[in-house]
Amino acid sequence: MSIVEHLPALQVAVPLLAAPLCAMMIRPSIAWPFAVLASWITFAISVALMDQVLTHGTIVYNMGGWSPPWGISYVIDPLNALLLLLVSGMAAIIMPGVRLGIGVEVTFRAQRLFFTVALLSLTGMLGIVITGDAFNLYVFLEISSLSSYALVAMGADRRASKAAFNYLIQGTIGATFILIGIGLVYMMTGTLNMADMADRLTDLHGSATIQAAFAFILVGAGIKFAMFPAHAWMPNAYTYAPSLVSAFFGATATKVGAYILIRFIYNVFGAEFAFDEMHVGWVLIPLGLAGAFVGSLVAIWQDDLKRMLAYSSVAQIGYVAAAIGLGNHDGLIAAIVHVFNHGLMKGALFLVMACVILRLGKADMTSFRGLGKRMPVTMGCFVVAGLSMIGVPFTVGFISKWYLILGALDAGMWPVAVLIVMSSLLSIIYIWRVVEVAYFSDPPDDVKVQEAPAMLLVPTLILTVLCIAFGVATKITVGVAGLAATSLGVYP
Amino acid sequence: MSEHLIVRIVSKMLIPFILLFALYVQMHGDYGPGGGFQAGVIFATAFIIYAIVFGVKRTIRVLPLTVVTAMVSLGLILYAMVGFVSLAAGGTFLDYGALDSHDPVHGQHLGIIIIELGVGITVAGVLTAVFYTFAERWQK
Repeated sequence: MSIVEHLPALQVAVPLLAAPLCAMMIRPSIAWPFAVLASWITFAISVALMDQVLTHGTIVYNMGGWSPPWGISYVIDPLNALLLLLVSGMAAIIMPGVRLGIGVEVTFRAQRLFFTVALLSLTGMLGIVITGDAFNLYVFLEISSLSSYALVAMGADRRASKAAFNYLIQGTIGATFILIGIGLVYMMTGTLNMADMADRLTDLHGSATIQAAFAFILVGAGIKFAMFPAHAWMPNAYTYAPSLVSAFFGATATKVGAYILIRFIYNVFGAEFAFDEMHVGWVLIPLGLAGAFVGSLVAIWQDDLKRMLAYSSVAQIGYVAAAIGLGNHDGLIAAIVHVFNHGLMKGALFLVMACVILRLGKADMTSFRGLGKRMPVTMGCFVVAGLSMIGVPFTVGFISKWYLILGALDAGMWPVAVLIVMSSLLSIIYIWRVVEVAYFSDPPDDVKVQEAPAMLLVPTLILTVLCIAFGVATKITVGVAGLAATSLGVYP
Repeated sequence: MSEHLIVRIVSKMLIPFILLFALYVQMHGDYGPGGGFQAGVIFATAFIIYAIVFGVKRTIRVLPLTVVTAMVSLGLILYAMVGFVSLAAGGTFLDYGALDSHDPVHGQHLGIIIIELGVGITVAGVLTAVFYTFAERWQK
């Protein structure tokens, strides 16, 4: 067997092995390049997997040689190949900047543990996305969640501990709900393999146990996904976590929750059960739109810009939830593409915050005064990623909103389309506030501010360029999302 | 609690047997009840009892924090290495059967013992580390 056939296992095994090796390294100066190398290898593997999926179709890998449904199998179709690419790509882009970025926020002694926990978190997220086994998904969910709590708690602000504790309580409730849901399905079907579950569930429509299981998984994934009104853990966690952790989580953690939701609704339970029997659209669309409005409105009034971005995430997640709830081909494409695109732009915006915090110590409205002149490249990135957040043409934000509106019109819900456009207008306000302060007010004379160092600026620039690149060349994102929607059984 | 004669003597007598029992549970996990997790917990219990009776400072002299954190990593590395070795031997990841090319059943046996050993080392390390963290904070 060649190494290519083992890529699905290596995708998870490489960061999993790299994490304890990082912890063994006494000097943080070695741990950092090692973690960067591990994240790059992981990214290369996910690129290779994406290539394999596109040329040969779905890959199934049997762990330990036990064939499904008895053993754990890793199943990679276009949907999780795209998510693997997003998660590992974000890690590969952000990890090189971590050394400088956390230098001011995490003590030197704790840095090797920081890399260890970051790699474990990466392992967990990749595992959730790649696995074809429902219980294995829960195990990886716990790996990624527990390490996320630790990463949030490493923030310099003392409130980070409280934010991490809140995150722990709510995250554990979410994970427990998912576990109860999986347990109920296991009770009824006697299998944990997702494909096998999906087969057996077709005979069980109308069962109250399965309905309860669906509700549990929906709520559990909703909490992990920070879907309104279960988003309460997110603003504090993202505000007080070290900025690069916010960038990584803002781009990936909630996206993995969206993946769980899509996988269970469309694949395991099946669209027919979810939409005709459980009417999940009537849960997801109103809550998604409410989240879009509440998130944007609250974001407008925030002084701390990391908190503003966190509330903006609540709004963007609202779009994804509404798109999942539409249940048609364009809607599902919008959900998958927006998961990817929002990852790019939120990653870029949080990295801008990391640059500003590195130079100024904090990222509130006053520290942004006159930054347009002092840190032109950083602020340029903010403007581009901000425009993308609004959904201006030729940016990624436009593409996903375009498909979202197409999906809403296709479902015959034109008020939904109108509400989406209206809530997008709100995002103009909170992005413009920052742009106005940065470009049209004079910088304070007493502080000298330089442009951010290249090690942080380059990742920010890469993500910003990608915001434009994937907005112009949509073949990769929309093409793969279309394949994913078709493979989930939602045809145009 | 070291001023209590009975507690001191009884715990000194029991601790070796607790450690031995942990190893028994570890090694018989593949056939009987037990396994790496349970063994790790029992193993850590021996040190925790020692710390409660004789104080955390003396325990740390026996089992320093650096050793404990190394145990946490080593167990996981051992586990993952079994996966990589089985890959190198031509099987899929964690396919223990590939560990012994002549007798796959023997390979399965070997694989599960090493995996459980890794689990045991990590669990013992984590539980001791958690105990140290709380105990030290309380002493300050």
